[in-house]
Amino acid sequence: MQGNDACVEASIHAGARFYAGYPITPSTEIAEGLALRLPEEGGVFIQMEDEIASMSAVIGASWAGAKAMTATSGPGFSLMQESIGYASMTETPCVIVNAMRGGPSTGLPTMVGQGDVMQARYGSHGDYPIIALAPASVQDMFDLTVRAFNLSEKYRVPTILLSDAEIGHMRGRFSVAQKVEVYDRILRTDRVWHDGFAYDESLVPKFPVFGKGSRVHVTGLSHDIAGYPRSEVEVHEDLVRRLHEKLAIHLEDICKIETLHPNSKKMIVTYGSPSLAAREYVAGREGVGLIVLKTIWPFPEDLLRTAIEGSKQVMVVELNLGQVFHEVERVAGCMGCTNVTLLSKVGGEVTAPSEIEAAFGGAS
Amino acid sequence: MEFFDLFREDRWPHMFCPGCGIGTVMNCFHRAFSNVGMDQDKTVFVSGIGCSSRIVGYVRADSIHTTHGRALAVATGIKLANPDLNVIVFSGDGDIGAIGGNHFINAARRNVDMSVFCINNFIYGMTGGQVSTTTPYKSFSTTTPYGNKEVPFDLSELAVTAGANYVARWTVRNVKELMASMEKAMQKKGFSFVEIASPCPTSFGRKNRMAEPRQMFEWLKIVSVKREKSVAWGLDQLDLNVGGQISVGEFIERNRAPYGVIA
Repeated sequence: MQGNDACVEASIHAGARFYAGYPITPSTEIAEGLALRLPEEGGVFIQMEDEIASMSAVIGASWAGAKAMTATSGPGFSLMQESIGYASMTETPCVIVNAMRGGPSTGLPTMVGQGDVMQARYGSHGDYPIIALAPASVQDMFDLTVRAFNLSEKYRVPTILLSDAEIGHMRGRFSVAQKVEVYDRILRTDRVWHDGFAYDESLVPKFPVFGKGSRVHVTGLSHDIAGYPRSEVEVHEDLVRRLHEKLAIHLEDICKIETLHPNSKKMIVTYGSPSLAAREYVAGREGVGLIVLKTIWPFPEDLLRTAIEGSKQVMVVELNLGQVFHEVERVAGCMGCTNVTLLSKVGGEVTAPSEIEAAFGGAS
Repeated sequence: MEFFDLFREDRWPHMFCPGCGIGTVMNCFHRAFSNVGMDQDKTVFVSGIGCSSRIVGYVRADSIHTTHGRALAVATGIKLANPDLNVIVFSGDGDIGAIGGNHFINAARRNVDMSVFCINNFIYGMTGGQVSTTTPYKSFSTTTPYGNKEVPFDLSELAVTAGANYVARWTVRNVKELMASMEKAMQKKGFSFVEIASPCPTSFGRKNRMAEPRQMFEWLKIVSVKREKSVAWGLDQLDLNVGGQISVGEFIERNRAPYGVIA
């Protein structure tokens, strides 16, 4: 099956019951798959008039109680930014799959790129928190789709599955655990007129789902714990800082990386489709280790720090002109490792093991 | 139902300017909602951005104040995810005619079961009086200091053409008719659209020699004509105000199958 097909099955397993989207290569198979599968599971599929409407419908469905998602690629992801910020501000659980293709603009519709990493983090306006996961195989497309839903439900934050054209279209086997671990948002159904956004030490408010008599008010304006619009300095500051803090105190749960020979003299850091070539290059080679980032945002800097401790050289491999590179440079720099290089590739093709060898092989 | 059973007393007084028509709309809606007897706990209020959209923040029910223009798309998601909910949208001419125009025609085409109340004040009120897609031809605004060079949209005719099941337009002077249309809209299966021509003396009136609320009410009286008698109807259905008129009345009532119901 394709990576995109694995995402479809994973969504069903994770409990997704609503999809709204707009066709765009290379994500379309997810829409087509869910158009078929969701009605079988009592869910709803709708093709909206554009990506702005798609993301808006996802937010509405989530407040009506459904686990909701959409899938898109670069141009559509740009249109969704408005409502991604709204989902973050209103703490609306939802999953957005972005199958990255070559950009900027319409770019390379059918070919791979990884130029949306910073957009995934900072694409909407204002200071907002986000989670982004990066699958690196068909199995990951299944596992990380489920994880994206779980994290989104748990922390009430929009979660992005930052896939790419190669991972989405790659064919391979994947296995499904006997019991897929699924997390559902914690609901409250009492009258919440004055504290609809009240929170405990987890910093995550319980979810007052529509239609249960909660009578909650939701707004993208700066709001107090009642959900009412407020423009006082303290109210806005408390809100924005808490939205970030609710992820910051749970980084251990959110951040995941995969390592092979950590703390080797030479380390490769990568994510998504280039990790296939990196894996091949590292296999059986002495003194070279590999780090595959599975969580990209929040940036897993503690895990990275531990994995590169004592390393002399770090090379980042990514399909853009350097995005994760600057994050790695910052983290490695703090450890005293200044030999951080970038193997950058654009053009729509994945990195080959020989290119890694050429860029990294001789140097020491 | 008492007024403050429907509205949040703790958020009173509201933010609307003196002479604004939104208070009248809220009043009419309170009565219509009471008469229809809709379950408040099974009703979700949705809005976009602008003065009219602030209504949902005063309603004592599940309510969501979304981004500019997106109310109908959010409302579509709510209704489809839980068809047991009644969905009511308060919106304005900015949301419906401009930034959310595509969502408007497609929501009407899909005929999703919801009631949309659009308060058309012919201007961007909250941002201080810029031209809107419904500002009458040659009228003044802060961004048309030499007069509006564009002809306005007729939102109600647009809703009819796009496929809505029920469409009516009244001014805030027609309180009885407005209440009756609101009731009909809430009871109608499918997409219902009620447009309310409403005065904004602060932003529209001030620029068009109608700074006094009374003057705006008089203007609405003079320009509103029953749809079948209006010049607009005779000349070109899509050209509101071409004859300096606002056609009012019930525009259509039909029973196309709502979204998801295959006839």
